[in-house]
Amino acid sequence: MADVTLTINGIGVSVPEGSTILDAARKLGVFIPTFCYDPELSRPGSCRICVVETKGSKNLTVSCATIARDGMVVETDTPAVLEARKTILELLLANHPEDCLTCGRNGDCRLQDYAYMYGIRSGSKFAGERHTYPLEDDNPFFVRDMNKCILCGKCIRMCAEIQGNNVVDFAYRGFRTKVTPAMDTSLAGSECVFCGNCVAVCPTGALQEKVLRSSARTWEIKKVRTTCPYCGTGCNFDLNVKDGRVVGVTSCDGDVNGRALCVKGRFGYGFIHHPDRLTSPLIKKDGQFVKATWEEAIGLVAGQLGSIRDNYGPDSLGVLTSARCTNEENYLLGKLTRAVIGTNNIDHCARL
Amino acid sequence: MTNPIGDIAGAEFILAIGTNTTESHPIIGLQVKKAVRQGSILVVADPRKTEVADLAKSHLQIKSGSDIALLNGMANVIISEDLYNKEFVAERTEDFEALKSVAAKYTPEYTEGITGVPAAAIREVAREYAKAENATILYTMGITQHICGTHNVFAVANLAMLCGQIGKPHSGVNPLRGQNNVQGACDMGALPNVFTGYQPVISDEVRARFESNWGCKQLPAKPGLTVGELLEGADKGTVKGMYIMGENPVLSDPDADHAAHSLKKLEFLVVQDIFLTETARLADVVLPGASFAEKDGTFSNTERRVQRVRKAVEPVGNARPDWRIICDVACAMGYAMQYDSPADIMKEIASVTPSYAGISYERLESGGIQWPCPTAGHPGTPVLHVGKFSRGPGKFHPVEYVPPAETPDEHYPLVLSTGRRRAHYHTGTMTMRTGALEVYYSKEHLEINSADAAKLGVKEGDMVKVTSRRGSVELMARLTEIVPEGMVFTSFHFPEVAINKLTNPARDSIAKIPELKVCSVKVEKIA
Amino acid sequence: MDNVNLTINGRQVSAPAGSTILDAAVAQGIFIPTFCHDPNLPGVASCRICVVEVKGQKNLTPSCMTAVREGMVVETESPAVVEARKTILELILANHPQDCLTCEKNGDCRLQDYAFIYGVKEGGFTGERHNYAIEEDNPYIIRDMNKCILCGKCVRTCAQVEGRAVIDYAFRGFRTKVAPPMNNTLGDSDCVYCGRCVAVCPVGALLYKPMAGKGRTWEIAREPVTCSFCESGCQFYLNKKGGRVIGVSAGSPGLGRPLCLKGRLGMELLYCDDPVTPQLKKGDVFQEVSWAEALGLKGVIDKIKKLEGE
Repeated sequence: MADVTLTINGIGVSVPEGSTILDAARKLGVFIPTFCYDPELSRPGSCRICVVETKGSKNLTVSCATIARDGMVVETDTPAVLEARKTILELLLANHPEDCLTCGRNGDCRLQDYAYMYGIRSGSKFAGERHTYPLEDDNPFFVRDMNKCILCGKCIRMCAEIQGNNVVDFAYRGFRTKVTPAMDTSLAGSECVFCGNCVAVCPTGALQEKVLRSSARTWEIKKVRTTCPYCGTGCNFDLNVKDGRVVGVTSCDGDVNGRALCVKGRFGYGFIHHPDRLTSPLIKKDGQFVKATWEEAIGLVAGQLGSIRDNYGPDSLGVLTSARCTNEENYLLGKLTRAVIGTNNIDHCARL
Repeated sequence: MTNPIGDIAGAEFILAIGTNTTESHPIIGLQVKKAVRQGSILVVADPRKTEVADLAKSHLQIKSGSDIALLNGMANVIISEDLYNKEFVAERTEDFEALKSVAAKYTPEYTEGITGVPAAAIREVAREYAKAENATILYTMGITQHICGTHNVFAVANLAMLCGQIGKPHSGVNPLRGQNNVQGACDMGALPNVFTGYQPVISDEVRARFESNWGCKQLPAKPGLTVGELLEGADKGTVKGMYIMGENPVLSDPDADHAAHSLKKLEFLVVQDIFLTETARLADVVLPGASFAEKDGTFSNTERRVQRVRKAVEPVGNARPDWRIICDVACAMGYAMQYDSPADIMKEIASVTPSYAGISYERLESGGIQWPCPTAGHPGTPVLHVGKFSRGPGKFHPVEYVPPAETPDEHYPLVLSTGRRRAHYHTGTMTMRTGALEVYYSKEHLEINSADAAKLGVKEGDMVKVTSRRGSVELMARLTEIVPEGMVFTSFHFPEVAINKLTNPARDSIAKIPELKVCSVKVEKIA
Repeated sequence: MDNVNLTINGRQVSAPAGSTILDAAVAQGIFIPTFCHDPNLPGVASCRICVVEVKGQKNLTPSCMTAVREGMVVETESPAVVEARKTILELILANHPQDCLTCEKNGDCRLQDYAFIYGVKEGGFTGERHNYAIEEDNPYIIRDMNKCILCGKCVRTCAQVEGRAVIDYAFRGFRTKVAPPMNNTLGDSDCVYCGRCVAVCPVGALLYKPMAGKGRTWEIAREPVTCSFCESGCQFYLNKKGGRVIGVSAGSPGLGRPLCLKGRLGMELLYCDDPVTPQLKKGDVFQEVSWAEALGLKGVIDKIKKLEGE
C-alpha cells in the first residue's frame, strides 16, 4: 500500500494509506488522549478528547477517526486543542462522582489520568444535575456504577464486535443517556454471559471486577502473565497478585484470545486459595486420613509402589496422569512410569 | 487442530459437528461468531438446539450417534455430483475408490432415514462445503465419545480430503480439545502406546534412544493399558496399585459406581491433587500438589501452541509443585531424578522429542510456539499437512454407520446425552470453589423436551429421577425445546448429580473412548 | 529485658516489657492504622485511629502509647474498634477536599488507605469546611492546610532540630491550624526548607513543589540514596518515572543532623535529569541563583577558576 506523508507538531511522518492521524501520531510517539478509541473496535469518534488542529480545517479534527492525507499539517497541543480537551474533562467531571478516595480503579483510570495531565481539579465549573443511579451489584462477578460511566461506548462495541452478544447498548436520550441491556434491566436479568470483556475495556470505574477492585488498590498489584487452566483454547491472562494472594484476573494481549476471556477464565480463580485446598500430605490409617510429613508420605508411596512392582511385576501398577498438569509434569510422570516402575500402563482422561 | 484458532473467522464455510462451541469453548466461539458476522456459512450438526446452532444458517438436528451416516451422505452427494477436488484426490490421496464404493449406499434419502436430517438439507450442505474456497470442520466430544468415535473422525477426515479442504489456511480438521493441557499430556507421552511426540513404544530404535537418554536398562516394549482397562484390571485384581495425578475418574468415568468399586479393590492407591476429590477420598496416600498459579511450566493448547504457565504465588500450606513431588518419589525409588526448574525439564523434553526440539523457555518468553518446531530457529507450524501428509498420500478410511451400543427401548425410552455448561468445568473440583461461578450457576437441571415432559406429567422445576441400566440420579427438570423429543441432557459438573453413574462404559474399540454421549434412560417424576 | 505475655486477637504474643501494644502487634504482622504515630518522634496519641479494645478497660486505648502488661487481652478489629475508626475517618473526611482525582499524594496517602480498608466513602458529617488558600509562596514546599489532619508530625519533626521549631499549632477548635509564628506563610518565616515535614506528612497537606505535576505516586519508583555532601549521611530518595529521575525527596536524617536543603539540592543537581533551578531568599524575596551559589561553593569554584586559569 502507498504511504502518505504528513507533518505532526512540525515533524514529518509517513504512514500507510488509510491510517488515521492518531496512528501517525503514535508512530511518532506523540501523545494524544483517547476515551472511546480502541484499536480493535469500530471508531465512532464520539468522545472528542482526541481532537487536534489541522491546518486549513475550520473545526478541530477527531484524530482517531480522520484518515491522514498527504501534506496534512497537524498540531496536537495548540491552545485551542488544550481548551477543548479541558472543557470536555470539565463537562465529564461535572457529572462524575468525586470518589477517587475509595474507587477501585483509582490509579488506573483515564479520566483521572487526563484530569491530572490537563490540571482539571473538578467539574465545578459546570455545576448542574448529577446522576444518582443505584449501584448494580446483583451478580457475583462485577459491579456496574453508571454514575461513573462517561458514555464512551467501548463496552457496547466490545460486546457487539468481539464478544458478539449485543447485550448492552445506549438507551434514552440526552442527559438521561445510559448504557443498559434491553428494557433497562440489570445484567443479571439479561442475556449477559459475564465474560467481563466490557470490564476489560472500561476506561473509568463504571465497570469493576467485584473481588479484585474491593481487595486491592491498582498500585498494590503485581501482574503475572500465564495461561488459563480451564479448556483447551489456551487463553493468556494476567494473574493479579497482592500480598502473596491471587486477587483477580485481568486481560493481557494473548496470542490466542487477545483481551477476550470467558466467565471461567476471568472469574474462576477463587479455587486457588479456597480453604478446601490440600495443604499437607495425608496417610489413611484405620480408614481415616491423618496428616503426615512429606518424608513419611513419599517413603510410603515409594515403598508400596516398589513392593507391588517386585511382587507382582511392573504391569500390576498403573498411572493416571493429568490433562490439567503441565507438560513438564506429564513428562516426568511418564518417565517415572516407564523408566522407574517399568510399565507402559500410563494414561489420562483425554477421552473424557 | 490442523489449523490455528485464528483461522476460523476467515473460513468461508464452517461445519461445527458435535461441538457446543460458544459454551464449551467460548473464546473459539468468538471466532465462529465473527465468521458469521462477516458472512461465512455456518452449519451446525447437533441433536440439541444449542446457542451456536441458533447462529447457524442451517442446523442439522441429527439423531445422536448418526454422524457417520451424515458425513458419508455428504460424501455421496459430493461424489455423485462430481463436486470433489479431483486434483487434490489424485495428487495427495489414495484409496478414493474404496470411499466411493462405501459412500454410494448413503444417498441423501437413505441418510435421512438414519439421521433424521432432510435429504435436501444434506444436499445443500454438501454442495456448500465442496464449493467453498476454504471450509473448516470443528468438532469435539460429540464426535469422539461414541463406540464409533474413531470411525467418526475418519469420516470427518475423508470429507476434508475429498474436497481438498485441508493443508491450507482457514480449512482443516479441527478437534477442539476440552482441557487446558490434554494436547500436552498426549504430546508428552501420557498414553500407553507412545513416548513423547507420539514415538511408539514398540519401536526398538525409539526405545533405545530413550534408554540411553534416561539412563535405564530396558524400557517395556508392550503397549500398556488405557484408563478404562486399568479400572477393569483393578476390578479383576490384575492391577494392584495405582498412582493418580490430577484426575477424578470416580466422577469423570462412565459407570462411575463401577470406577469407585474398582479403585477400592486396589492394594495401594496414591492420589496427587489440589483438593480431596471423590477419587482422593479412596486413596491410601494423598499428596498435595500445586495449582497452576503456584508453579512454572507449559501447557499446549488445542492448536498445538506451547505456552508458559508462570508462578504467581507460593503453594498453599505444605503443598508442592507436582514436578517436585514426582522427582521425590522417583528418587525414593532409587532413580536419580533431579532438575533445577521446569525450564530444565523442557530442555530434556526438547532433546528427546523431535516436534518439540526447537522449543525452550527463552523462546517462549516472546510468545507461544506451535509444534512441530524441529529446530531453535524454526518459527513453528500453524497449519499442518501443507503440501503433504506426514504418512505421504492421505489414505481414505471408508467407514460404515453403526448404531450406538444402547438404543432406546420400552424400558429405557429416552436417550441421555451429557456435556458442559459455560460457567463450569469438568467435575466441578475448581469451579464449585471460586466464590463466584457456583453462586451464579448453583444447581444442575435436566433438559427435557416439553412434549416428553407432558407425557410423563413432569412440570418445570419438578424433581425427577433419571435411571439407566447402571444407576440413577435425581435432579430438577427444565422443560425446553433445546433437546428434541426422545432426548434428555445434563452436564457432568455437579458431584450431587453424578451423571456418570448412568452413562455407558461401552468403548470405541480403537481409541477406547467411552460412549458418554448416548445411553438409554427412563425419567420418572418424584412424588 | 524481660518479656511480657499478652493475647492479641486470640493469639498468644510475647513482647519486651515497656514496648507498646502497637509495637507488639506490628511485630506479629498484625495491622493497626496510625496517623500521628512515628517511631522517630515523641508520642502524642492524639489522632486516636490506633485505638484497640483491652479487656477490662472501659474505654478504647490508643495502642501507640499504651505499654503492654502481663496477661493483657487485646482485640484490634472488634466492632467497637472498627466503629471508632470509621467515625474518626468520617470526621476527618467531613472536612477534607474530595480531591484525590488530581492530588499529588493519591496512592501514597494514609487517609485514603484507611478509607479504602474501612469502606468509608465520604464524610458522614456535613458542616463547615476550611477554605484556606493554598500556600505556594516559596520555591520548595506547597502547603495545603485544607488537607491537613492535624496529626502534628510536622510540628514534632521540626522541633527536633535545635533552634528551629518553625511551626506549631495555632488557634483553637475548628480553627486549629499548623502555622509559623504570627500565622505567616512558610515563605515569610525562618523555614530553611529541609523537607523533614514533607517526609512525615501522611496526607497531601505538604508537597514538594519541584515535583508537583510531574507524576502520580504509582508511576514513581523511589530509590534510596545517601547524601555525600557532608559526613552525616542523611537518606534521600531519588524519584524515578519512566527511567528518569524527576526529583529528590527527603528520607530520614543522619544522626543529629537536620536533613538540610543544601544536601537535597546537591542530590538534585547530581541525579535529576532535568533539575529545577534553585532559588535562595535575598532579603525578603526568593531569587533564582546559580548552582554554585545554592550549594555554597561559589567561593571555592571562583578560586579554582582563578588558580587553574593562571
